[in-house]
Amino acid sequence: MASKVLIVDDEPNIVLSLEFIMNQRGYETRVARDGEEALAEVERFRPDLVLLDVMLPRRDGFDVCQSLRAEGWSELKILMLTARGRDVEIEKGLALGADGYVTKPFATGELVKRVAEMLEDVG
Amino acid sequence: MSSRVGFALVVAVLFVYVLIALVVLAVAVSSDLGPVERDVFERVLRREASLAIFVGLLFLLGLASLVSLFFRRYVVAPRRLAHEAQLIVAANPRHRVEPNGPAEIRMLAEALNELAGRAQLAQETVREQVAAARADLEQERNRLAALMAELSLAVLVCNADGRILLYNVAARDLLNRDGSTSGLLGLGRSIFAILDRGLVAHALDRVGSGENAAGTPAVRLAASTGGGRLLRIAMAPVRDREGEASGFVLILEDITETAETDARRDALLRSLTEDSRAGVANIRAAAESMLDYPKMGAEKRQRFTAIIGQEAQALSERMEGALRESAAYLTDQWSLSEMLGSDLLAAARTSLERDAGLRAGARAGEELWLKVDSYALVRTVRRLAERLHAEVGIPGFMLDLAEAGRYARLDLGWEGEVLAEETLRAWLDEPLGGGGKAYTAREVVDRHGGEVFPQADAGAGTACVRLLLPLSVPDAARPRPSSAPASSRPEFYDFDLFRVGEGDPERDETALEDLVFTVFDTETTGLSPSDDEIIAIGAVRIVNGRLLRQETFDRLVDPGRSVDPASMAVHGLSSEMLAGQPAIDDVLPLFARFAQETVLVGHNVAFDLRFLELKEARTGVRFTQPVLDTLLLSAVLHPDEEDHSLEAMATRMDVSMVGRHTALGDAILTGEIFLRQCSLLAARGLRTLGDVREAARHTYLARVSDSLYTS
Repeated sequence: MASKVLIVDDEPNIVLSLEFIMNQRGYETRVARDGEEALAEVERFRPDLVLLDVMLPRRDGFDVCQSLRAEGWSELKILMLTARGRDVEIEKGLALGADGYVTKPFATGELVKRVAEMLEDVG
Repeated sequence: MSSRVGFALVVAVLFVYVLIALVVLAVAVSSDLGPVERDVFERVLRREASLAIFVGLLFLLGLASLVSLFFRRYVVAPRRLAHEAQLIVAANPRHRVEPNGPAEIRMLAEALNELAGRAQLAQETVREQVAAARADLEQERNRLAALMAELSLAVLVCNADGRILLYNVAARDLLNRDGSTSGLLGLGRSIFAILDRGLVAHALDRVGSGENAAGTPAVRLAASTGGGRLLRIAMAPVRDREGEASGFVLILEDITETAETDARRDALLRSLTEDSRAGVANIRAAAESMLDYPKMGAEKRQRFTAIIGQEAQALSERMEGALRESAAYLTDQWSLSEMLGSDLLAAARTSLERDAGLRAGARAGEELWLKVDSYALVRTVRRLAERLHAEVGIPGFMLDLAEAGRYARLDLGWEGEVLAEETLRAWLDEPLGGGGKAYTAREVVDRHGGEVFPQADAGAGTACVRLLLPLSVPDAARPRPSSAPASSRPEFYDFDLFRVGEGDPERDETALEDLVFTVFDTETTGLSPSDDEIIAIGAVRIVNGRLLRQETFDRLVDPGRSVDPASMAVHGLSSEMLAGQPAIDDVLPLFARFAQETVLVGHNVAFDLRFLELKEARTGVRFTQPVLDTLLLSAVLHPDEEDHSLEAMATRMDVSMVGRHTALGDAILTGEIFLRQCSLLAARGLRTLGDVREAARHTYLARVSDSLYTS
């Protein structure tokens, strides 16, 4: 069965690419456009991995990450995407429970590789 | 013992001695004689008694004149010498003794004159040395003051009590920029009115403890003023010979704008990097998707292409905006400074000849001020000349600078053909190279806000590369030391304050010269304190016996009512001129701050004080300090004169009257008169504030004047 990836980003221009790439790799995808929607979609879609942008309307990526872990989604892989590249923010993301951190702009090949590795861990 | 008594005593003693000798002789002779002979002897004696007395008196006279002669020569003459020696010592070192009388006395006189001569020489030498030393010191101080005035840094020097001994124009301008500190700067004023006392003490402790002893005796700190300006302060102690801190130097820098610029530059940098990240990510993801999956459908491909176009467009716009916004800061950073055009030209010529080995002449028109980075500009000119020489074969150049409207045109000219625009453009885009940042000639010209292009004068057979540079706008804040009267001593410093303690205006035993005075005058709508209003207050400070013309208070006041035509004829201020000026409620607190901790001085000051008093309830401003009235002091000094008006006093004391009937002009005139009065008062033995106040109180005028305005 194909792994399920939830894409959380409010910018349609990146969502289109991410969705396309993930689909090409054979993953099943859904999209959420803000923090609230992301939390709801995790409940419904039960993805294996979330591509989570930090800058989101309503609740930001850090907030969503923390909430997911607090709600007991410990198996769920979370890969954060951000335009902010400062080290301290990477630390913050990881501390709040993210499994990986990718700064924009990124090479799509790298991203695909990171996603594949993280999903392999799940088995 | 007086010489007269001494003389009588000597004569008497000699006479008695001779008398006793004669009696002893008579007794001895008579005891040797037989009875008959003795009888004869006694009879002879008795018969010749009157003769004996006469001879005795004659002898006495001879004796007296002999002794007197001796006295004059050997007692009176030395005494005269002693008196003359005292005169030489105490009053007149040029005086010499007349050598006469006996040889011994003449020798003494000559020895005395010799001594006096040597003493006089020694004294004169010392005096000359002292005068020379003082002149040197004065010159040093004036040089220092001139240097300070030129400095663009704001400098303050304070004594250990925090009293200001020196400040420069830059410091005054800096602090006057801020409403909360304006008017607080002045010689002899406390720095703690401007800077927090704790902050200064803390900094001094750090200097003292040698916390930053590593070669830099200054500490740096930052402070904000009440008006919200941000100051960066460098502080260094002034040490006396024993190494004790006797004061400190402050260098102030207003970093309000710098801090703002820094913050805005940071924001700009962030927006350029972080905000661009997302856009670049979108483009990259789309582009890589298309590259990695070439077989994607046409519709999908079109959407990706659209994303790339759209995001790239947004990015360019962001970049443009940032560049526009940053242009201002980038220019700031490029350190342009004021320079005289002829100096720039001379520098360029030297560089062509010395560094490039080219022949060059220079011709500068009228005096032009430019705002330039002379180093970069000279290098640009040199680079162009080198290229022209190497590639076009121009052997020599003529540099020409002249005004052209709002610009100065700097022509690098030669005899021959005009240069192609295209060639020039290529040269301008080459990096200038050399040490430091690698920038191009084009950048240098752009940073100056200038232009550069080739020109030809076909008629003369000459051509040039023309640089247009903006002329420097005259800066009102630029110090102009030459405009200050050259003869008068600069009033921005007073190092004698190093020694002066804090004269307390509240204490009557304080000497006048230790006090700071605020001499003031007001103009009013009319003569009735209860009905009329103040329309102008002018004041000037006297510190250490000097009138500080740079430290004045000069404000017009909107009286909120019309001005009496009779008084308008005096001061020339009409209601229209006063409309829109601040109200007295706003001006009085400022004046109170200007005058705090000083003695108030005015002419017929009871009048002005009455006006101030009547505003007390409304403004809450009270003037509790002691007050001196030049009118009453004039009555003390010249009780027989009838006219104590400012004009009459100025004439009597030879003070020139300029700017009469403006509040400040009258205050300055009053101040000049007051200073002369102070020295006259001191000559009368009236030295302390208490002495002077007491004397003034007892004048007839005091009683009249009081009753006039307080009723």
